[in-house]
Amino acid sequence: MSRNPFQETPLLRRKRQAEYIARSGFLLMSLLMICPLILIVCYLFYKALPILSLDFLLANPARGMRAGGIWAPFVGTIYLVVISLLVSTPIGVFAAIYLNEYARDNWLTRFINLAVVNLAGVPSIVHALFGLGAFVLFAGMGRSVLAASLTLAIMTLPVIIAATREALGSVPMAFREACWNVGATRWQTIRHIVLPNSISGILTGIILQVSRAAGETAPIMFTGAVFYKAIPEGKIFAYGLFDQCMALSMHLFTIATQVPDVPEALPYGTAVVLLCTVLLVNAASIVIRVVLRSRKKW
Amino acid sequence: MADRRRFEVLGELIIETVIRLCGISAIIFVFGIFFFVFREGSDFLFHQLNFVEFFTSPEWYPTSVSHKRYGVLALMAGTTSVTVLAMLIAVPFGLGAAIYISEFCSPRLKETFKIVIELLAAIPSVVWGFIGLTLMNELIIKLFNAPIGLTVLNGGIILALMSVPVIVSIGEDALKAVPDSYREAAEALGATRWQLTYKVLLPAAKNGLLAAVLLGVARAIGETMAVLMATGHAVKIPTSLLDSVRTLTATIAAELGESPVHSDHYQVLFIIGILLFSITFMVNLTADLIVKGIKNK
Repeated sequence: MSRNPFQETPLLRRKRQAEYIARSGFLLMSLLMICPLILIVCYLFYKALPILSLDFLLANPARGMRAGGIWAPFVGTIYLVVISLLVSTPIGVFAAIYLNEYARDNWLTRFINLAVVNLAGVPSIVHALFGLGAFVLFAGMGRSVLAASLTLAIMTLPVIIAATREALGSVPMAFREACWNVGATRWQTIRHIVLPNSISGILTGIILQVSRAAGETAPIMFTGAVFYKAIPEGKIFAYGLFDQCMALSMHLFTIATQVPDVPEALPYGTAVVLLCTVLLVNAASIVIRVVLRSRKKW
Repeated sequence: MADRRRFEVLGELIIETVIRLCGISAIIFVFGIFFFVFREGSDFLFHQLNFVEFFTSPEWYPTSVSHKRYGVLALMAGTTSVTVLAMLIAVPFGLGAAIYISEFCSPRLKETFKIVIELLAAIPSVVWGFIGLTLMNELIIKLFNAPIGLTVLNGGIILALMSVPVIVSIGEDALKAVPDSYREAAEALGATRWQLTYKVLLPAAKNGLLAAVLLGVARAIGETMAVLMATGHAVKIPTSLLDSVRTLTATIAAELGESPVHSDHYQVLFIIGILLFSITFMVNLTADLIVKGIKNK
Protein backbone atom coordinates (compact mmCIF):
# COMPACT_ATOMS: atom_id res chain seq x y z
CA MET A 1 0.00 0.00 0.00
CA SER A 2 1.42 3.35 -0.99
CA ARG A 3 1.70 6.22 1.46
CA ASN A 4 -1.06 8.84 1.47
CA PRO A 5 0.51 11.78 -0.37
CA PHE A 6 -1.52 14.21 1.74
CA GLN A 7 -0.22 12.79 5.00
CA GLU A 8 1.72 15.38 6.96
CA THR A 9 5.41 14.60 7.28
CA PRO A 10 6.82 15.07 10.79
CA LEU A 11 8.72 18.13 9.64
CA LEU A 12 5.58 19.76 8.31
CA ARG A 13 3.74 18.96 11.50
CA ARG A 14 6.46 20.51 13.61
CA LYS A 15 6.37 23.58 11.41
CA ARG A 16 2.63 23.86 11.72
CA GLN A 17 2.72 23.44 15.49
CA ALA A 18 5.47 26.01 15.92
CA GLU A 19 3.50 28.39 13.76
CA TYR A 20 0.41 27.82 15.84
CA ILE A 21 2.24 28.32 19.13
CA ALA A 22 3.94 31.49 17.90
CA ARG A 23 0.73 32.95 16.55
CA SER A 24 -1.29 32.32 19.69
CA GLY A 25 1.60 33.41 21.91
CA PHE A 26 1.92 36.75 20.18
CA LEU A 27 -1.85 37.21 20.14
CA LEU A 28 -1.92 36.56 23.87
CA MET A 29 0.83 39.13 24.42
CA SER A 30 -1.06 41.72 22.40
CA LEU A 31 -4.28 41.06 24.26
CA LEU A 32 -2.58 41.12 27.66
CA MET A 33 -1.26 44.52 26.74
CA ILE A 34 -4.67 45.82 25.80
CA CYS A 35 -6.65 44.32 28.66
CA PRO A 36 -5.30 46.78 31.24
CA LEU A 37 -6.73 49.72 29.32
CA ILE A 38 -10.22 48.29 29.35
CA LEU A 39 -9.98 46.99 32.92
CA ILE A 40 -8.65 50.28 34.23
CA VAL A 41 -11.28 52.40 32.53
CA CYS A 42 -14.06 50.11 33.82
CA TYR A 43 -12.63 50.04 37.34
CA LEU A 44 -12.29 53.82 37.52
CA PHE A 45 -15.81 54.31 36.20
CA TYR A 46 -17.23 51.79 38.64
CA LYS A 47 -15.62 53.53 41.61
CA ALA A 48 -16.51 57.02 40.39
CA LEU A 49 -20.09 56.29 39.51
CA PRO A 50 -21.68 57.55 42.78
CA ILE A 51 -20.25 61.02 42.29
CA LEU A 52 -20.40 61.62 38.55
CA SER A 53 -22.95 64.29 37.74
CA LEU A 54 -23.12 67.72 36.19
CA ASP A 55 -22.97 69.25 39.66
CA PHE A 56 -19.63 67.54 40.24
CA LEU A 57 -18.25 69.27 37.19
CA LEU A 58 -19.76 72.67 37.93
CA ALA A 59 -19.01 73.01 41.63
CA ASN A 60 -15.80 74.27 43.20
CA PRO A 61 -13.86 72.03 45.54
CA ALA A 62 -15.16 72.67 49.05
CA ARG A 63 -14.30 71.98 52.71
CA GLY A 64 -10.56 71.70 52.24
CA MET A 65 -11.08 69.72 49.02
CA ARG A 66 -12.98 66.99 50.84
CA ALA A 67 -16.26 67.80 49.10
CA GLY A 68 -17.63 69.69 46.14
CA GLY A 69 -16.62 69.33 42.54
CA ILE A 70 -13.88 70.14 40.09
CA TRP A 71 -14.92 73.40 38.43
CA ALA A 72 -11.83 75.46 39.27
CA PRO A 73 -9.31 72.77 38.20
CA PHE A 74 -11.31 72.04 35.07
CA VAL A 75 -11.26 75.68 33.96
CA GLY A 76 -7.57 75.88 34.89
CA THR A 77 -6.78 72.95 32.63
CA ILE A 78 -8.68 74.58 29.76
CA TYR A 79 -6.66 77.75 30.26
CA LEU A 80 -3.32 75.94 30.30
CA VAL A 81 -4.19 73.87 27.24
CA VAL A 82 -5.51 76.77 25.15
CA ILE A 83 -2.62 79.12 25.91
CA SER A 84 0.02 76.46 25.36
CA LEU A 85 -1.72 75.57 22.11
CA LEU A 86 -1.65 79.19 20.94
CA VAL A 87 2.09 79.28 21.50
CA SER A 88 3.19 75.87 20.28
CA THR A 89 0.98 75.48 17.20
CA PRO A 90 2.47 78.28 15.08
CA ILE A 91 6.03 77.49 16.14
CA GLY A 92 5.55 73.78 15.62
CA VAL A 93 3.82 74.09 12.25
CA PHE A 94 6.41 76.56 10.95
CA ALA A 95 9.24 74.38 12.23
CA ALA A 96 7.75 71.41 10.40
CA ILE A 97 7.34 73.51 7.25
CA TYR A 98 11.00 74.46 7.49
CA LEU A 99 12.11 70.88 7.96
CA ASN A 100 9.93 69.49 5.20
CA GLU A 101 9.89 72.27 2.59
CA TYR A 102 13.02 74.37 3.03
CA ALA A 103 15.71 72.35 4.77
CA ARG A 104 18.38 70.69 2.71
CA ASP A 105 20.03 67.52 3.83
CA ASN A 106 22.90 69.11 5.71
CA TRP A 107 24.37 69.21 9.21
CA LEU A 108 21.92 71.87 10.40
CA THR A 109 18.92 69.75 9.47
CA ARG A 110 20.45 66.73 11.15
CA PHE A 111 21.06 68.88 14.20
CA ILE A 112 17.45 70.09 14.26
CA ASN A 113 16.14 66.55 13.93
CA LEU A 114 18.33 65.49 16.81
CA ALA A 115 17.05 68.42 18.89
CA VAL A 116 13.42 67.50 18.17
CA VAL A 117 14.03 63.89 19.18
CA ASN A 118 15.72 65.00 22.38
CA LEU A 119 13.11 67.61 23.18
CA ALA A 120 10.56 64.79 23.07
CA GLY A 121 12.76 62.67 25.29
CA VAL A 122 13.54 65.17 28.05
CA PRO A 123 11.84 63.97 31.26
CA SER A 124 8.79 66.02 32.20
CA ILE A 125 10.29 66.95 35.54
CA VAL A 126 13.31 68.46 33.78
CA HIS A 127 10.88 70.56 31.74
CA ALA A 128 9.48 71.67 35.09
CA LEU A 129 12.96 72.69 36.27
CA PHE A 130 13.48 74.57 33.02
CA GLY A 131 10.12 76.35 33.34
CA LEU A 132 10.95 77.30 36.90
CA GLY A 133 14.42 78.57 36.02
CA ALA A 134 13.56 80.31 32.75
CA PHE A 135 9.99 81.59 32.95
CA VAL A 136 9.18 81.84 36.65
CA LEU A 137 12.52 83.21 37.89
CA PHE A 138 14.56 84.53 34.96
CA ALA A 139 11.74 86.10 32.94
CA GLY A 140 10.04 87.23 36.14
CA MET A 141 6.61 85.83 35.33
CA GLY A 142 6.29 84.32 38.77
CA ARG A 143 4.27 81.18 39.25
CA SER A 144 1.49 81.91 36.81
CA VAL A 145 -0.82 80.54 34.14
CA LEU A 146 1.50 82.05 31.54
CA ALA A 147 4.69 80.42 32.85
CA ALA A 148 2.98 77.03 33.17
CA SER A 149 1.47 77.28 29.68
CA LEU A 150 4.81 78.20 28.11
CA THR A 151 6.45 75.24 29.82
CA LEU A 152 3.71 72.96 28.48
CA ALA A 153 4.03 74.52 25.03
CA ILE A 154 7.73 73.69 24.78
CA MET A 155 7.14 70.23 26.12
CA THR A 156 4.45 69.43 23.54
CA LEU A 157 6.22 71.07 20.60
CA PRO A 158 7.68 67.78 19.27
CA VAL A 159 4.17 66.29 19.03
CA ILE A 160 3.05 69.02 16.63
CA ILE A 161 6.30 69.03 14.68
CA ALA A 162 6.18 65.26 14.14
CA ALA A 163 2.52 65.18 13.12
CA THR A 164 2.78 68.20 10.81
CA ARG A 165 5.90 66.85 9.15
CA GLU A 166 4.21 63.60 8.42
CA ALA A 167 1.20 65.43 6.98
CA LEU A 168 3.36 67.69 4.79
CA GLY A 169 5.43 64.76 3.65
CA SER A 170 2.35 62.93 2.41
CA VAL A 171 1.50 65.69 -0.08
CA PRO A 172 2.81 64.44 -3.45
CA MET A 173 5.80 66.29 -4.86
CA ALA A 174 3.98 66.67 -8.19
CA PHE A 175 1.52 69.10 -6.54
CA ARG A 176 4.36 71.42 -5.60
CA GLU A 177 6.07 71.12 -8.96
CA ALA A 178 2.85 71.98 -10.77
CA CYS A 179 2.46 75.07 -8.60
CA TRP A 180 6.05 76.20 -9.08
CA ASN A 181 5.68 75.78 -12.81
CA VAL A 182 2.86 78.31 -12.97
CA GLY A 183 5.19 80.83 -11.32
CA ALA A 184 4.23 80.61 -7.64
CA THR A 185 6.86 81.33 -5.02
CA ARG A 186 7.82 78.84 -2.35
CA TRP A 187 5.57 80.39 0.28
CA GLN A 188 2.63 80.75 -2.15
CA THR A 189 2.95 77.08 -2.95
CA ILE A 190 2.97 76.18 0.72
CA ARG A 191 0.12 78.52 1.55
CA HIS A 192 -2.21 77.54 -1.30
CA ILE A 193 -1.28 73.95 -2.12
CA VAL A 194 0.67 72.19 0.61
CA LEU A 195 -1.13 73.43 3.72
CA PRO A 196 -4.72 72.92 2.47
CA ASN A 197 -3.81 69.40 1.38
CA SER A 198 -2.27 68.46 4.71
CA ILE A 199 -4.66 70.21 7.08
CA SER A 200 -6.12 66.95 8.40
CA GLY A 201 -2.75 65.69 9.55
CA ILE A 202 -1.90 69.01 11.15
CA LEU A 203 -5.24 69.02 12.94
CA THR A 204 -4.49 65.54 14.28
CA GLY A 205 -1.21 66.84 15.66
CA ILE A 206 -2.90 69.79 17.34
CA ILE A 207 -5.49 67.53 18.93
CA LEU A 208 -2.81 65.15 20.20
CA GLN A 209 -1.04 68.15 21.67
CA VAL A 210 -4.24 69.05 23.53
CA SER A 211 -4.50 65.63 25.09
CA ARG A 212 -0.84 65.60 26.03
CA ALA A 213 -0.98 69.06 27.60
CA ALA A 214 -4.17 68.30 29.51
CA GLY A 215 -2.68 65.23 31.16
CA GLU A 216 0.71 66.54 32.23
CA THR A 217 1.31 67.23 35.88
CA ALA A 218 5.00 67.52 36.61
CA PRO A 219 5.75 70.53 34.34
CA ILE A 220 3.01 72.66 35.87
CA MET A 221 3.55 71.69 39.50
CA PHE A 222 6.22 74.32 40.13
CA THR A 223 5.43 76.80 37.39
CA GLY A 224 1.85 77.84 37.96
CA ALA A 225 -0.52 75.21 39.30
CA VAL A 226 -1.49 75.46 42.95
CA PHE A 227 -3.24 73.17 45.40
CA TYR A 228 -6.24 75.38 45.88
CA LYS A 229 -7.65 78.52 44.33
CA ALA A 230 -11.38 79.00 44.10
CA ILE A 231 -12.99 80.82 41.19
CA PRO A 232 -16.59 81.98 40.72
CA GLU A 233 -18.66 78.96 39.77
CA GLY A 234 -19.99 78.91 36.25
CA LYS A 235 -17.59 81.62 35.11
CA ILE A 236 -15.16 80.62 32.38
CA PHE A 237 -12.96 83.71 32.15
CA ALA A 238 -11.87 83.57 35.72
CA TYR A 239 -8.08 83.54 35.58
CA GLY A 240 -5.70 86.27 34.50
CA LEU A 241 -2.47 85.49 32.67
CA PHE A 242 -0.41 86.13 35.78
CA ASP A 243 -2.70 84.39 38.25
CA GLN A 244 -1.95 80.98 39.61
CA CYS A 245 -4.48 78.34 38.77
CA MET A 246 -5.67 74.86 39.64
CA ALA A 247 -5.46 72.06 37.10
CA LEU A 248 -7.24 68.72 36.85
CA SER A 249 -4.09 66.59 36.82
CA MET A 250 -2.58 68.50 39.73
CA HIS A 251 -5.90 68.34 41.59
CA LEU A 252 -5.98 64.55 41.23
CA PHE A 253 -2.45 64.33 42.60
CA THR A 254 -3.34 66.62 45.50
CA ILE A 255 -6.48 64.87 46.66
CA ALA A 256 -4.99 61.43 46.10
CA THR A 257 -1.80 62.00 48.09
CA GLN A 258 -1.67 65.28 49.98
CA VAL A 259 -5.06 65.69 51.64
CA PRO A 260 -6.12 63.19 54.31
CA ASP A 261 -9.69 61.87 54.70
CA VAL A 262 -10.91 62.61 51.21
CA PRO A 263 -14.10 60.64 50.42
CA GLU A 264 -13.12 57.78 48.13
CA ALA A 265 -15.30 58.71 45.17
CA LEU A 266 -13.79 62.20 44.84
CA PRO A 267 -10.37 61.28 43.42
CA TYR A 268 -11.95 58.57 41.28
CA GLY A 269 -14.36 61.12 39.86
CA THR A 270 -11.51 63.49 39.09
CA ALA A 271 -9.49 60.70 37.49
CA VAL A 272 -12.44 59.69 35.31
CA VAL A 273 -13.05 63.26 34.12
CA LEU A 274 -9.36 63.68 33.30
CA LEU A 275 -9.13 60.30 31.60
CA CYS A 276 -12.31 60.84 29.60
CA THR A 277 -11.21 64.29 28.46
CA VAL A 278 -7.93 62.91 27.21
CA LEU A 279 -9.38 59.76 25.62
CA LEU A 280 -12.25 61.67 23.95
CA VAL A 281 -9.84 64.20 22.50
CA ASN A 282 -7.70 61.35 21.19
CA ALA A 283 -10.71 59.53 19.80
CA ALA A 284 -11.69 62.73 18.00
CA SER A 285 -8.28 62.90 16.38
CA ILE A 286 -8.56 59.29 15.27
CA VAL A 287 -12.01 59.88 13.77
CA ILE A 288 -10.84 62.99 11.92
CA ARG A 289 -7.88 61.09 10.57
CA VAL A 290 -9.96 58.15 9.35
CA VAL A 291 -12.69 60.31 7.78
CA LEU A 292 -10.29 62.65 6.01
CA ARG A 293 -8.08 59.83 4.84
CA SER A 294 -11.05 58.15 3.16
CA ARG A 295 -11.78 61.42 1.37
CA LYS A 296 -8.28 61.86 0.03
CA LYS A 297 -8.26 61.91 -3.75
CA TRP A 298 -4.72 60.80 -4.43
CA MET B 1 1.46 96.45 -10.10
CA ALA B 2 5.08 97.13 -9.20
CA ASP B 3 3.98 97.95 -5.67
CA ARG B 4 2.17 94.69 -5.36
CA ARG B 5 5.18 92.81 -6.61
CA ARG B 6 7.43 94.53 -4.08
CA PHE B 7 4.94 93.72 -1.34
CA GLU B 8 4.95 90.09 -2.34
CA VAL B 9 8.72 89.87 -2.34
CA LEU B 10 8.88 91.54 1.07
CA GLY B 11 6.16 89.26 2.43
CA GLU B 12 7.98 86.22 1.13
CA LEU B 13 11.16 87.41 2.79
CA ILE B 14 9.48 87.96 6.14
CA ILE B 15 7.63 84.67 6.16
CA GLU B 16 10.75 82.79 5.16
CA THR B 17 12.69 84.36 8.02
CA VAL B 18 9.93 83.41 10.46
CA ILE B 19 9.91 79.86 9.15
CA ARG B 20 13.69 79.58 9.45
CA LEU B 21 13.58 80.94 13.00
CA CYS B 22 10.90 78.45 14.00
CA GLY B 23 12.91 75.76 12.26
CA ILE B 24 15.84 76.20 14.60
CA SER B 25 13.57 76.73 17.63
CA ALA B 26 13.94 73.11 18.71
CA ILE B 27 17.71 73.58 18.96
CA ILE B 28 17.24 76.80 20.92
CA PHE B 29 14.85 75.11 23.34
CA VAL B 30 17.09 72.10 23.97
CA PHE B 31 20.02 74.40 24.67
CA GLY B 32 17.71 76.63 26.72
CA ILE B 33 16.65 73.71 28.86
CA PHE B 34 20.23 72.69 29.50
CA PHE B 35 21.33 76.28 30.11
CA PHE B 36 18.61 77.23 32.58
CA VAL B 37 18.70 73.98 34.53
CA PHE B 38 22.49 74.23 34.65
CA ARG B 39 22.35 77.89 35.63
CA GLU B 40 20.19 77.23 38.69
CA GLY B 41 22.44 74.44 39.90
CA SER B 42 25.85 75.65 38.76
CA ASP B 43 26.86 77.56 41.88
CA PHE B 44 26.63 74.52 44.11
CA LEU B 45 27.91 72.20 41.40
CA PHE B 46 31.22 74.02 41.05
CA HIS B 47 31.88 75.19 44.58
CA GLN B 48 30.49 72.82 47.14
CA LEU B 49 29.40 69.57 45.59
CA ASN B 50 31.43 66.56 46.65
CA PHE B 51 31.22 64.38 43.55
CA VAL B 52 32.43 61.24 45.28
CA GLU B 53 29.78 61.58 47.96
CA PHE B 54 27.13 62.54 45.42
CA PHE B 55 27.54 59.40 43.34
CA THR B 56 28.60 56.82 45.91
CA SER B 57 26.74 57.63 49.10
CA PRO B 58 23.25 56.22 49.63
CA GLU B 59 22.59 58.86 52.30
CA TRP B 60 20.15 61.49 51.15
CA TYR B 61 19.51 63.84 54.07
CA PRO B 62 19.05 67.24 52.44
CA THR B 63 17.16 68.77 55.35
CA SER B 64 19.18 67.39 58.26
CA VAL B 65 20.00 70.12 60.78
CA SER B 66 23.41 68.90 61.92
CA HIS B 67 24.91 67.30 58.84
CA LYS B 68 23.31 67.65 55.41
CA ARG B 69 24.23 64.79 53.09
CA TYR B 70 23.51 64.67 49.38
CA GLY B 71 24.12 61.15 48.11
CA VAL B 72 22.03 60.00 45.17
CA LEU B 73 23.15 56.36 45.05
CA ALA B 74 19.93 55.15 46.65
CA LEU B 75 17.87 57.30 44.29
CA MET B 76 19.75 55.95 41.29
CA ALA B 77 19.23 52.43 42.62
CA GLY B 78 15.52 53.26 42.85
CA THR B 79 15.38 54.48 39.27
CA THR B 80 17.42 51.52 38.05
CA SER B 81 15.39 48.88 39.87
CA VAL B 82 12.04 50.21 38.70
CA THR B 83 13.27 50.72 35.13
CA VAL B 84 14.85 47.26 34.89
CA LEU B 85 11.72 45.57 36.19
CA ALA B 86 9.55 47.61 33.84
CA MET B 87 11.72 46.62 30.89
CA LEU B 88 11.74 42.94 31.87
CA ILE B 89 7.96 43.05 31.55
CA ALA B 90 7.53 45.55 28.74
CA VAL B 91 10.21 44.38 26.29
CA PRO B 92 8.93 40.83 25.65
CA PHE B 93 5.31 41.94 25.63
CA GLY B 94 5.96 45.04 23.57
CA LEU B 95 8.07 43.27 20.97
CA GLY B 96 5.66 40.31 20.91
CA ALA B 97 2.76 42.66 20.29
CA ALA B 98 4.74 44.55 17.66
CA ILE B 99 5.48 41.28 15.83
CA TYR B 100 1.88 40.13 16.05
CA ILE B 101 0.51 43.45 14.81
CA SER B 102 3.05 43.76 12.04
CA GLU B 103 3.17 40.17 10.77
CA PHE B 104 0.36 37.97 11.99
CA CYS B 105 -2.89 39.83 12.17
CA SER B 106 -5.43 40.91 9.57
CA PRO B 107 -5.43 44.55 8.37
CA ARG B 108 -8.66 45.27 10.18
CA LEU B 109 -7.45 43.90 13.51
CA LYS B 110 -4.24 45.82 12.96
CA GLU B 111 -6.11 49.13 12.79
CA THR B 112 -7.96 48.28 16.00
CA PHE B 113 -4.77 47.37 17.82
CA LYS B 114 -3.07 50.54 16.70
CA ILE B 115 -5.95 52.69 17.94
CA VAL B 116 -5.94 50.95 21.31
CA ILE B 117 -2.19 51.45 21.61
CA GLU B 118 -2.61 55.11 20.79
CA LEU B 119 -5.22 55.42 23.53
CA LEU B 120 -3.01 53.48 25.95
CA ALA B 121 -0.21 55.95 25.25
CA ALA B 122 -2.55 58.86 25.92
CA ILE B 123 -3.46 57.96 29.50
CA PRO B 124 -1.93 60.72 31.66
CA SER B 125 0.87 59.67 33.97
CA VAL B 126 -0.96 61.02 37.01
CA VAL B 127 -3.84 58.64 36.27
CA TRP B 128 -1.38 55.74 36.06
CA GLY B 129 0.05 56.89 39.36
CA PHE B 130 -3.43 56.99 40.85
CA ILE B 131 -4.06 53.43 39.66
CA GLY B 132 -0.80 52.37 41.28
CA LEU B 133 -1.80 54.11 44.47
CA THR B 134 -5.22 52.49 44.70
CA LEU B 135 -5.84 49.37 42.60
CA MET B 136 -2.29 47.99 42.37
CA ASN B 137 -1.57 48.86 45.98
CA GLU B 138 -4.50 46.79 47.22
CA LEU B 139 -3.74 43.94 44.85
CA ILE B 140 -0.13 43.68 45.97
CA ILE B 141 -1.06 43.82 49.65
CA LYS B 142 -3.59 41.03 49.14
CA LEU B 143 -1.55 38.81 46.83
CA PHE B 144 1.79 38.99 48.62
CA ASN B 145 0.62 39.69 52.14
CA ALA B 146 2.88 42.72 52.09
CA PRO B 147 2.58 45.51 54.67
CA ILE B 148 2.53 48.10 51.91
CA GLY B 149 1.84 47.83 48.19
CA LEU B 150 3.73 50.93 47.05
CA THR B 151 6.83 49.07 45.97
CA VAL B 152 9.33 48.41 43.19
CA LEU B 153 6.90 45.81 41.85
CA ASN B 154 4.02 48.29 41.70
CA GLY B 155 6.08 51.01 40.03
CA GLY B 156 7.64 48.51 37.65
CA ILE B 157 4.30 47.19 36.43
CA ILE B 158 2.86 50.67 36.02
CA LEU B 159 5.96 51.83 34.13
CA ALA B 160 5.84 48.71 31.97
CA LEU B 161 2.27 49.50 30.94
CA MET B 162 3.33 53.07 30.18
CA SER B 163 6.33 52.18 28.05
CA VAL B 164 4.72 49.32 26.13
CA PRO B 165 2.99 51.67 23.63
CA VAL B 166 6.33 53.30 22.79
CA ILE B 167 8.02 49.94 22.26
CA VAL B 168 5.12 48.60 20.17
CA SER B 169 4.79 51.58 17.85
CA ILE B 170 8.53 52.04 17.25
CA GLY B 171 9.07 48.27 17.02
CA GLU B 172 6.28 47.98 14.49
CA ASP B 173 7.85 50.77 12.42
CA ALA B 174 11.13 48.87 12.50
CA LEU B 175 9.48 45.68 11.24
CA LYS B 176 7.58 47.61 8.59
CA ALA B 177 10.89 49.02 7.35
CA VAL B 178 12.11 45.54 6.38
CA PRO B 179 11.64 45.32 2.59
CA ASP B 180 8.77 43.13 1.44
CA SER B 181 11.10 41.28 -0.91
CA TYR B 182 12.68 39.64 2.16
CA ARG B 183 9.28 38.31 3.17
CA GLU B 184 8.48 37.14 -0.33
CA ALA B 185 11.80 35.37 -0.65
CA ALA B 186 11.28 33.54 2.64
CA GLU B 187 7.73 32.56 1.79
CA ALA B 188 8.81 31.32 -1.62
CA LEU B 189 11.19 28.95 0.17
CA GLY B 190 8.23 27.57 2.11
CA ALA B 191 8.88 29.28 5.44
CA THR B 192 5.96 29.66 7.81
CA ARG B 193 5.19 33.04 9.31
CA TRP B 194 7.04 32.11 12.49
CA GLN B 195 10.14 30.90 10.64
CA LEU B 196 10.00 34.06 8.55
CA THR B 197 9.78 36.14 11.70
CA TYR B 198 12.63 34.71 13.68
CA LYS B 199 14.97 33.73 10.86
CA VAL B 200 14.52 36.78 8.61
CA LEU B 201 12.67 39.67 10.20
CA LEU B 202 14.23 39.72 13.66
CA PRO B 203 17.83 39.75 12.35
CA ALA B 204 16.91 42.31 9.70
CA ALA B 205 15.09 44.62 12.09
CA LYS B 206 17.22 44.12 15.18
CA ASN B 207 18.63 47.65 15.21
CA GLY B 208 15.19 49.20 14.95
CA LEU B 209 13.90 46.94 17.70
CA LEU B 210 16.87 47.89 19.86
CA ALA B 211 16.02 51.55 19.30
CA ALA B 212 12.43 50.82 20.33
CA VAL B 213 13.66 49.26 23.57
CA LEU B 214 16.00 52.20 24.24
CA LEU B 215 13.19 54.71 23.77
CA GLY B 216 11.09 52.63 26.16
CA VAL B 217 13.94 52.82 28.67
CA ALA B 218 14.18 56.59 28.24
CA ARG B 219 10.46 56.90 28.85
CA ALA B 220 10.70 54.78 31.99
CA ILE B 221 13.67 56.69 33.42
CA GLY B 222 12.05 60.06 32.82
CA GLU B 223 8.59 59.22 34.10
CA THR B 224 7.76 61.26 37.16
CA MET B 225 4.21 61.35 38.49
CA ALA B 226 3.47 57.64 38.17
CA VAL B 227 6.56 56.54 40.10
CA LEU B 228 6.13 59.35 42.59
CA MET B 229 2.72 57.97 43.51
CA ALA B 230 3.31 54.23 43.06
CA THR B 231 6.70 53.42 44.59
CA GLY B 232 6.34 54.72 48.13
CA HIS B 233 8.78 57.21 49.57
CA ALA B 234 11.67 55.27 51.02
CA VAL B 235 15.14 56.48 50.12
CA LYS B 236 17.00 53.19 50.28
CA ILE B 237 18.67 50.65 48.06
CA PRO B 238 16.00 48.00 47.43
CA THR B 239 16.76 44.40 48.31
CA SER B 240 13.51 42.83 47.12
CA LEU B 241 10.64 43.56 44.80
CA LEU B 242 8.46 44.42 47.77
CA ASP B 243 10.67 47.25 49.02
CA SER B 244 9.60 50.84 48.67
CA VAL B 245 12.03 53.05 46.77
CA ARG B 246 12.32 56.56 45.48
CA THR B 247 13.55 57.53 42.04
CA LEU B 248 15.55 60.54 40.85
CA THR B 249 12.53 62.09 39.16
CA ALA B 250 10.23 61.56 42.12
CA THR B 251 12.75 63.19 44.45
CA ILE B 252 12.73 66.41 42.44
CA ALA B 253 8.94 66.41 42.25
CA ALA B 254 8.52 65.71 45.95
CA GLU B 255 11.11 68.11 47.35
CA LEU B 256 11.35 71.06 45.00
CA GLY B 257 8.23 72.66 46.41
CA GLU B 258 9.62 72.56 49.94
CA SER B 259 13.15 73.79 49.33
CA PRO B 260 13.73 77.56 49.50
CA VAL B 261 14.78 79.08 46.17
CA HIS B 262 18.58 79.04 45.67
CA SER B 263 19.25 77.10 48.86
CA ASP B 264 21.77 74.24 48.67
CA HIS B 265 18.99 71.68 48.64
CA TYR B 266 17.26 73.47 45.77
CA GLN B 267 20.47 73.56 43.77
CA VAL B 268 21.18 69.88 44.36
CA LEU B 269 17.72 69.10 42.97
CA PHE B 270 18.67 71.01 39.82
CA ILE B 271 21.92 69.03 39.65
CA ILE B 272 19.82 65.85 39.73
CA GLY B 273 17.89 67.45 36.87
CA ILE B 274 21.14 67.87 34.91
CA LEU B 275 21.97 64.24 35.63
CA LEU B 276 18.55 63.10 34.34
CA PHE B 277 18.83 65.33 31.28
CA SER B 278 22.26 63.86 30.48
CA ILE B 279 21.11 60.26 30.94
CA THR B 280 18.03 60.60 28.73
CA PHE B 281 20.03 62.65 26.22
CA MET B 282 22.55 59.82 25.86
CA VAL B 283 19.86 57.16 25.58
CA ASN B 284 17.89 59.13 22.99
CA LEU B 285 21.04 59.96 21.06
CA THR B 286 22.02 56.30 20.93
CA ALA B 287 18.55 55.28 19.78
CA ASP B 288 18.60 57.99 17.13
CA LEU B 289 22.03 56.96 15.84
CA ILE B 290 20.87 53.36 15.61
CA VAL B 291 17.79 54.36 13.61
CA LYS B 292 19.88 56.64 11.36
CA GLY B 293 22.28 53.75 10.80
CA ILE B 294 19.41 51.69 9.42
CA LYS B 295 18.23 54.42 7.09
CA ASN B 296 21.69 54.97 5.62
CA LYS B 297 22.19 51.30 4.84
